[in-house]
Amino acid sequence: MILLKRNWIISSFIGIFIMGYLCHGYGKDKELLNVSYDPTRELYKDFNQVFQTYWKEKTGQDIVIQQSHGGAGKQARAVIEGLEADVVTLALAYDIDAMHRISQLIPENWQSRLPNNSCPYTSTIVFLVRKDNPKRIKDWNDLIRPDIEVITPNPKTSGGARWNYLAAWGYALSNNANDESKAMEFISKLYQNVPVLDTGARGSTNTFIKGIGDVFISWENEALLAIHKLGRGQFEIVIPSLSILAEPPVTVIDKNVDEHGTRKIAEEYLKYLYTPVGQEICAKHYYRPVDPNIAVIYQDQFPKVRLFNIREVFGSWTDAQKKHFSDGGIFDQIYMDQ
Amino acid sequence: MTKKKKKQSVIPGFSMSMGLTLSYLTLIVLAPLSMLFIRAAGLNVSEIKHILLSERTLSAFALSFGASLIAALINCIFGFIVAWVLVRYTFPGKVFFDAFVDLPFALPTAVAGISLTSLYMTSGWIGRYFHILGIKVAYTRIGIIVALTFIGLPFVVRTLQPVLSDMDKQAEEAAVSLGASRWKTFIHVILPEISPALLTGFALALARAIGEYGSVVFISGNMPNRTEIVPLLIMTRLEEYDYSGATVIAAFMLIVSFLLLLMINLLQGWGQRFQEAEKL
Repeated sequence: MILLKRNWIISSFIGIFIMGYLCHGYGKDKELLNVSYDPTRELYKDFNQVFQTYWKEKTGQDIVIQQSHGGAGKQARAVIEGLEADVVTLALAYDIDAMHRISQLIPENWQSRLPNNSCPYTSTIVFLVRKDNPKRIKDWNDLIRPDIEVITPNPKTSGGARWNYLAAWGYALSNNANDESKAMEFISKLYQNVPVLDTGARGSTNTFIKGIGDVFISWENEALLAIHKLGRGQFEIVIPSLSILAEPPVTVIDKNVDEHGTRKIAEEYLKYLYTPVGQEICAKHYYRPVDPNIAVIYQDQFPKVRLFNIREVFGSWTDAQKKHFSDGGIFDQIYMDQ
Repeated sequence: MTKKKKKQSVIPGFSMSMGLTLSYLTLIVLAPLSMLFIRAAGLNVSEIKHILLSERTLSAFALSFGASLIAALINCIFGFIVAWVLVRYTFPGKVFFDAFVDLPFALPTAVAGISLTSLYMTSGWIGRYFHILGIKVAYTRIGIIVALTFIGLPFVVRTLQPVLSDMDKQAEEAAVSLGASRWKTFIHVILPEISPALLTGFALALARAIGEYGSVVFISGNMPNRTEIVPLLIMTRLEEYDYSGATVIAAFMLIVSFLLLLMINLLQGWGQRFQEAEKL
């Protein structure tokens, strides 16, 4: 009988534990979920705090902002399959387009709802090389030299890697009078120099830091972070003669905010990114601010680069994706030929 | 009919436990798996053929199953030795070694992948010696086998340990006293006794290795056609929002794995019957 009693107590404890675990996080203040990609962790940690204070002062309301980070494609898929994000802040428009195309979570014209194609900050693609640049890497055409090992993630699994690839393609086109076959030859040679195709940008950063490769094609913000936080004096940034304007867009997820009753906060949250306060936080985390006044303050941090945007060279993300990264696309072809 | 009912009630609770088993298995295992086939069914035969018979898919399948088989075989040999030593001998620190065996279970696979890669890359602690011999381990197929061996080891050791400790030493002693060589004793006395457990361990290690993703993507280099495993191919399809393509590959992988495991189970059952017949 005693044994039975004890069993009863133990199982009710287990039951309470499981219930507590499952219900953890319910019934708090107003919540906002921001689903983002990998390198924005530090940026949104800062920004969320500032926004919470701002919102409290303005409305007297306490809000909790939850963050979720991961590879851009994975994150987008989670939202499409029902992760109840109020806002998404992802690496490229293609992944957000999918939220309209596949599950109609947002209207088709989502990108015209906020200034600058819904990109409150931009970035670009630069090279990270080892200290003192021992292999003298100056520009994209150095990357196809036979003595160079290039580190970049797999563009099929990483959003950042797609920017890398497109930047290289854009350079090759402009250097060869828009001859696509020449560009393909260039890209093919470049990827022959890639010894490891990591699945995500952070994985590639790790590979490069471990000592593999001569040059790491990277987001400018990740490269700056690596220089300032990971290994002072171990790496250098090389700015290529031409690069791509990387535009990571943001949007409210209409279906979810209407269900949660959070539309007002969510919209205000994203707009706050465009205010001088928000822009300053972006710049501090090495994203190029779009507000010219803030950009002037941080101009030393961001060297002038000749940039092209994706619309000029590729039409749209959907076109670029289809031509280069779909099954049997150009990226697949360069591996078939080898 | 009534006779049958009486027969069943010898051990009470059959219908209830059977019902529970069926619904549990359906909920936890069968329902998620059937989703795979439902999603894959959105494609027609020629599309499925195109996906499965492409060079890239085929080489990924050859790599995934080949590397998993090799890794499981290696684990059978060394797992047996480890289990043997842990069961038969006492030595200082044995408890710790015994606990070490389970670490590959507990370690997040990504951590395993990253640490194995730093060890086995050409400038790593172990990799540099292989490099002298002209062998590259990390970012090649050998690296994949290393990772799969790592994650599969506990399965073999843990299935063998109880069998080895239950084994009757007298049979071995009898064999030796009757003049059997050590090798003969091993082949005819020990091996038949442990082979069912060894097969189970092999099957578990194999199944685990086929599905492994986390550790392999770090050490394999992920080069299409060369070091790309099937789970990565599936992930790649998902990144393209190509759900049906991903599920076709996944479903096919599931079928092949199921057939492999079924074969091992049948082999095991057959071996057991054979042994029992021999004993009589």
